Amino acid sequence: MTRNGPLALAFHTVFVIVMLAPIVVVCLVAFTPEGYLSLPTNGFSLRWFRTIANYPEFVHAFWVSLGLGALSSFVAVAFAVPAALAIARYKFPGRDALSALFLSPLMIPHVVLGIAFLRFFTSVGIGGTFSALLIAHVIVVFPFALRLTLAAATGMDRSVEMAAVSLGAGSFTLFRRVTLPLILPGVISGWALAFIQSFDDLTMTVFLAAPGTETLPVRMFLYIQDNIDPLVTSVSACVIAITMTALILLDRLYGLDRVLAGKSDPGR
Amino acid sequence: MSAAADTASAAPADDRRAGAPWALAAPALMLFVGVLVIPLAMTVMLSFHDWGQYKGIEPVFILKNWHEIATDPYYAEMFWRTFRIAILTTFLTAVLGAPEAYILNRMSGRWRSVFLLVILGPLLISVVARTLGWALLFGGNNGLVNKLMMSLGLIRAPIPFMFTETGMVVALAHVMMPFMVLSVWAALQRLDPQIENAALSLGAGPVTIIRRIVMPQIMPGVLSGAIIVFSLSASAFATPAIIGGRRLKVAATLAYDEFLNTLNWPLGAAVATLLLVALVLIVVGSNALIERRYAEVFR
Repeated sequence: MTRNGPLALAFHTVFVIVMLAPIVVVCLVAFTPEGYLSLPTNGFSLRWFRTIANYPEFVHAFWVSLGLGALSSFVAVAFAVPAALAIARYKFPGRDALSALFLSPLMIPHVVLGIAFLRFFTSVGIGGTFSALLIAHVIVVFPFALRLTLAAATGMDRSVEMAAVSLGAGSFTLFRRVTLPLILPGVISGWALAFIQSFDDLTMTVFLAAPGTETLPVRMFLYIQDNIDPLVTSVSACVIAITMTALILLDRLYGLDRVLAGKSDPGR
Repeated sequence: MSAAADTASAAPADDRRAGAPWALAAPALMLFVGVLVIPLAMTVMLSFHDWGQYKGIEPVFILKNWHEIATDPYYAEMFWRTFRIAILTTFLTAVLGAPEAYILNRMSGRWRSVFLLVILGPLLISVVARTLGWALLFGGNNGLVNKLMMSLGLIRAPIPFMFTETGMVVALAHVMMPFMVLSVWAALQRLDPQIENAALSLGAGPVTIIRRIVMPQIMPGVLSGAIIVFSLSASAFATPAIIGGRRLKVAATLAYDEFLNTLNWPLGAAVATLLLVALVLIVVGSNALIERRYAEVFR
């Protein structure tokens, strides 16, 4: 294979710098010692990270996001595992329609989902509650949980299961001791990707969150709409750090290219 | 082992019931019908309801909202702006993302995985944080981007980025870029490097190779990336809301306003329904076109 010429490498360098610039700038400004938006030219300071503690709404929103992300992706995985097994192992009429339905939240714009959920939950009488947010997030992150579980279930060696059955394992034992451990890496990766999606979602959640159930992205968005100051950059830096941690975990566990390749082509 | 034979013979005894797959999928199916299909149907119905400042939502069947959207030029302008921004964003990601994917693909293993991580990683970082980064970089008329471009002599006067469509397109292109790189990257994986070498040995120059060998083969990847980027840009919310400000509305931010500020839910539902239908038609239509045009590549 031929190597890249100098022009290609120059293009690549500029490309990578532009891709990283906004993220790096947010993280740098977060360390400013000044009281206004500026790059930290006179040394670094943790002042704006300490300030976060004085804003209980940010701290509260962080816990809401964390709980919502962990819980909704867990519930999504619990629904996705049996569904993935059904799709991976059986050929039945309606199978394609079923998986299209399960992946449809990827195709529907999140604004539309937000509106639909707002309308629905308000008329059911649980608008603005944590339960409403939880159900909505389960639907939205479900495709991610399903995809990775499906990939694991499809690629699994069935002969181990047959051996277990021939040795007299019942269906629950079979699932708990054989099937689940074999698909577990896919299930955990599905959970992690679902968590990131839930943790980062703004567009749908902004319609559903009420004061008290605001998630971190919603709180940040509402704050930015009024004014942009170093406080919101330090909060963003924390969010970026959390996502990076999950990302590295995901990369080690499953390979990031595989996870993202699953994400890239909705509807297929 | 063929897939069909596998499912028939390898299924453990208790799984042989015909209803087994439905029993397994039932919880998820009920969840989706109850909390996705019904709410979507309710939203479409909502768009036909009446609304008044004092009477609120009235559950009658009228075409008032649809009529308003069809006749008021404000909505035509807003939808046209939404699609213009989406098209420009798609174009920008294709023109920059496709060459970058090609360059990445020619790198050696270790660098390739490092830069793939650097370029695809932002996909998972909060859109609010990424857009905030652009707001900081644009920051008024003497933001970092303008300062840099002026000191490099690229521009003479600062370009207004904040609260303009230019700024929205730049920030959106950054947010959507990973999808394009990923899609072209997937197409490149199917490309046989020997064909390039064959062309080289037959005397083709680098430009000819890219134009005649590489381009035709990665075009399906570019186009399917374009569909993803287009549909996500046309329905984007956070970036247009932060960079565009309160006045430069796109479909998503307008629907948000109708729902949470004006409280005219039926009108907001109509805007959202129209956006959904338009996007589904565009995505399904262009998918069909691409698959017919490039049938041999997908076979």
